[in-house]
Amino acid sequence: MATVIVVTSGKGGVGKTTTSASFATGLAQRGYRTAVIDFDVGLRNLDLIMGCERRVVYDFINVINNEANLNQALIRDKRVENLYILPASQTRDKEALTKEGVEKILNELKQSFDYIVCDSPAGIERGALMSLYFADEALVVTNPEVSSVRDSDRILGILASRSRRAEQGDEPVKEHLVLARYAPERADRGDMLGVDDVLEILGISLLGVIPESPTVLQSSNAGVPVILEEGSDAGAAYSDLVDRFLGKNLPHRFLVTQKKGFLKRLFGGN
Amino acid sequence: MGIFDYFRSPPSKSAALAKERLQIIVAHERGNRRSSPDYLPVLKKELLEVVRKYVPIDQSQIKVHLDREGDCEVLELNITLPDEEQRLSQR
Ligand SMILES: Nc1ncnc2c1ncn2[C@@H]1O[C@H](COP(=O)(O)OP(=O)(O)OP(=O)(O)O)[C@@H](O)[C@H]1O
Ligand SMILES: [Mg+2]
Repeated sequence: MATVIVVTSGKGGVGKTTTSASFATGLAQRGYRTAVIDFDVGLRNLDLIMGCERRVVYDFINVINNEANLNQALIRDKRVENLYILPASQTRDKEALTKEGVEKILNELKQSFDYIVCDSPAGIERGALMSLYFADEALVVTNPEVSSVRDSDRILGILASRSRRAEQGDEPVKEHLVLARYAPERADRGDMLGVDDVLEILGISLLGVIPESPTVLQSSNAGVPVILEEGSDAGAAYSDLVDRFLGKNLPHRFLVTQKKGFLKRLFGGN
Repeated sequence: MGIFDYFRSPPSKSAALAKERLQIIVAHERGNRRSSPDYLPVLKKELLEVVRKYVPIDQSQIKVHLDREGDCEVLELNITLPDEEQRLSQR
């Protein structure tokens, strides 16, 4: 049975698309058939981050409207086997994203995929609500910063009340915290919320801490999910995150103490 | 002065203040959220099951709504029963 995972946050620009791309890539690298869907209708970006923007012919909305079939719209990743991307429409408006349409596509994908990753747009409007409605699990991407944490809490409330699982009284959506753009040295100085602070406020389990890293921008420039950048701290953090998601019990790296040594080695310390 | 110089001096209580403010606002907002509590969907489902033991109705015929005014909470329950003939014909 396929698992649907939404990558969500409420607040914009916190790292949802970066996380969706690396998470889906990591699952596929480990042998699971994985599809990653861009729900950001009108502002698609996942194709750029995955480096397949020039191969987009049909999109999610075309499939919903029966203008193309799923196989025509799915883009097969050239680097990683088992990985497929379903791009968002750049031209339609969000109203095209109907619950029935999304359900139809997810049901069809579930026939042949193990994991379906839904990259949510920012906000709490239609696109965001549709991306989380059918979710079995949620990666809540949060930055250690007041507005992001507050918005994440808001999203947790929506997952608990407006997802299909909530509406049908099924077991609730399983929630995982992804703390992104973490800068341990700033948390140490008391300038930035620490991992423990965010965990205490949100009260959900921590799946991974992704350090603030220049490699993320570089890999997005190149259209390569950062998890494929071997030797990079953010890539390693995403790799650990995927392993943890699949049940491995790995200690969190890139937190306060270890990170310092690691950063020093990486940048010669300053 | 670069942004990092600004943060470097003196050791700050900035994060502690952020945490305190967040704890207050999040607790407050979670309180408000209870005006549409998480248990409502399940309550609705279970009610539907109970009523169905006696009268055939479907999901759309049952409406559950919680209203809050100050300290007072009102749980409003609205069940539309089918017509008499329909009921008899389904017996
Ligand atoms: N760990 C990180 N370190 C440094 N920069 C990062 C990190 N994660 C994300 N970024 C940067 O933050 C910006 C926003 O990232 P991304 O597009 O993944 O966010 P998003 O949540 O999908 O945004 P939107 O809400 O607009 O969809 C990008 O420029 C990205 O390179
Ligand atoms: Mg995005």
